[in-house]
Amino acid sequence: MIYQLEMILVLACVGAACAVPGVFLVLRRVALVADAISHVLLFGIVVAFLAIGELDSPWLFFGATASGVLTVALVELLGRSDRVAEDAAIGLVFTALFAAGTLLASLYTREKHLDVDSVLLGFAEVAPFDRLGWFDTLPRSAVILLGLFALELALVVAFFKELKLATFDAALASTFGFAPILLHYGLMTMTSLTAVAAFDAVGPVVVVALFVVPAATAYLLTDRLGTMIALSVGIGVLGGVLGTLLAMALDTNVAGTVATAVGLQFGLVFLVAPDRGLISQLRQGWRNRREFPVRMLAIHLHQHEGTAIEEDESRLADLHRHLHWLPAEVRRVVARAERSGLVERTGDRLRVTPAGRELALRSLVA
Amino acid sequence: MILLDNPALRPVALGLTAIGVLAGVVGTFAVVRRQSLQGDAISHAALPGVALAFMLGGRSPLMIVLGAACTGWLAMTLVKGVTSRSRIPFDTALAGALAVFFGFGLVLMTYLRKLNEILGTREPDNFLEEYLRPHARDAVHHGLEKYLFGQAAFLQDGDVTTIVGLGVAILTLLALFWKQLKLASFDRDFAASLGFPMRGLELLMTSLIVCTVVLGLQFVGVVLMSALLVAPVVAARQWVQRLGPLCILAGVIGGAAGFFGAILGHQRQGLPAGPLVVLAVTAMVVASILFAPQNGLVWGLLRKRVTA
Repeated sequence: MIYQLEMILVLACVGAACAVPGVFLVLRRVALVADAISHVLLFGIVVAFLAIGELDSPWLFFGATASGVLTVALVELLGRSDRVAEDAAIGLVFTALFAAGTLLASLYTREKHLDVDSVLLGFAEVAPFDRLGWFDTLPRSAVILLGLFALELALVVAFFKELKLATFDAALASTFGFAPILLHYGLMTMTSLTAVAAFDAVGPVVVVALFVVPAATAYLLTDRLGTMIALSVGIGVLGGVLGTLLAMALDTNVAGTVATAVGLQFGLVFLVAPDRGLISQLRQGWRNRREFPVRMLAIHLHQHEGTAIEEDESRLADLHRHLHWLPAEVRRVVARAERSGLVERTGDRLRVTPAGRELALRSLVA
Repeated sequence: MILLDNPALRPVALGLTAIGVLAGVVGTFAVVRRQSLQGDAISHAALPGVALAFMLGGRSPLMIVLGAACTGWLAMTLVKGVTSRSRIPFDTALAGALAVFFGFGLVLMTYLRKLNEILGTREPDNFLEEYLRPHARDAVHHGLEKYLFGQAAFLQDGDVTTIVGLGVAILTLLALFWKQLKLASFDRDFAASLGFPMRGLELLMTSLIVCTVVLGLQFVGVVLMSALLVAPVVAARQWVQRLGPLCILAGVIGGAAGFFGAILGHQRQGLPAGPLVVLAVTAMVVASILFAPQNGLVWGLLRKRVTA
């Protein structure tokens, strides 16, 4: 029971710690840099492992983080040389470093034990057994990730104004002397650190889902940066918890199930989000399609009200000629307008009611 | 050419060369559209398709390719749908789809393994294990390279025939719709105003990239496939300006990288060909950026020094 609770805790911490930098990755359009970083961590781990020779050294942690920052620097360098577009630069750098890491691993780590399965897929299942020497009440990953989460929150609170401006208006931020480059590297360093810390539990690919998807889900729900960060954290934690519970119930890979869970959360919000959701978009479109001809009818009748040609223009049988609609369409729209009390029939002629006149005026002004 | 008489090397060299050529040509379109990492996303998103193909009982390479193509294609369609129906940026949608599909693939894999245990399948699913997640703990480097860099060393003559056959089909389609795809890549609005079926063309382009990725995936792996779609094009772009020559040169460079990688891997026994191909093509990119006749960074620096 404690094991299960601790596993849930670890994944909830991964969700929370990834969700904060994730917001800025999404807003600054560098989500794929996070993907590159998480792939390159393997290179950093292998190099640090070769230099130090043991897997438990904290230097592995820093080596991996440094390789993430190196990736960002190389991408930036290539991008600034003006020879390569940014997305292509990302594709170049991470594949090259990854290949170098693999080659080094296959050349020098034949005898030594480097568990690639866990490096590759993440082993959430064993995370609860991994403890820090000096603090063993909670699993190691949970402690580190909680620490990182606290650091992220502190940084966001301390630099909220700077982050906000640099994210939404980099040019203005740099004229104010906010050093957007510094902020960029700060964000990328935090992303690398978080990815390394989450790596143990969920592996390099699923960590990308936890960076990007909760933040994207929050982006569908709000326009405010503070709210977006809070929502993103909430969604990330919820995804971590639900995913772990689901994995326990189905006895499947925890990391993969958590990724699936945040994916499903996004799908749900994408469908039902107020205003921006697919359903409300479709409904809005459908409503517009229904309302627009009624408005046109009201405007038409109102325009000719009290003119010499009113009688001709408002004759029910001739309306389709004036509006250039099909007769069947005219009948449908007139029926709808009558039901809404916007027009009324007198003999073979149609006239707007006061409500219809008001609608026409409002439509013409707007 | 004497090397090609070696029956162990020939299929590997030919297969990698063919995949390199194909990826270079098709990748050109991904890169000029600023969607270089599509290949990366597709190759990750293929994982659940491979697992599904196995669940439905497909053991033949064709079934697996089909399954991989289905989910790879589904992922790209979802990315397009989400970006056109919301304000989610393209890169976020791509990264999200990549990771979520891959995660779902992991779920299916563990489920599949459990299913096999319950059904008491005596015969271990060797092929799937090798394809997806070799758990040879003692030969860690092997596992890693098989999953991420494919099994280039196991390419056989039959595979080469498949690659060349499908490759020719893909290139033929590309040639047939050359004019349309070119215009749609560079000036969408103009193409739409000429009455080109934009949705159909997008679909065709996505499908061609998906087919290329999935075809190469099982032989060269996830990461190499991403590299082969991007790097040859970036290298070629330093030398030429026009789309036609760019495609051809990217194909040549991709093919050369595949060939050299295979030869190097053969001469230094035990080195995986996949990473060697990536490093070969990366070296070509660096050389091109530095020394290409017009754009080369080195010439720029020299010129500056001369005028100074």
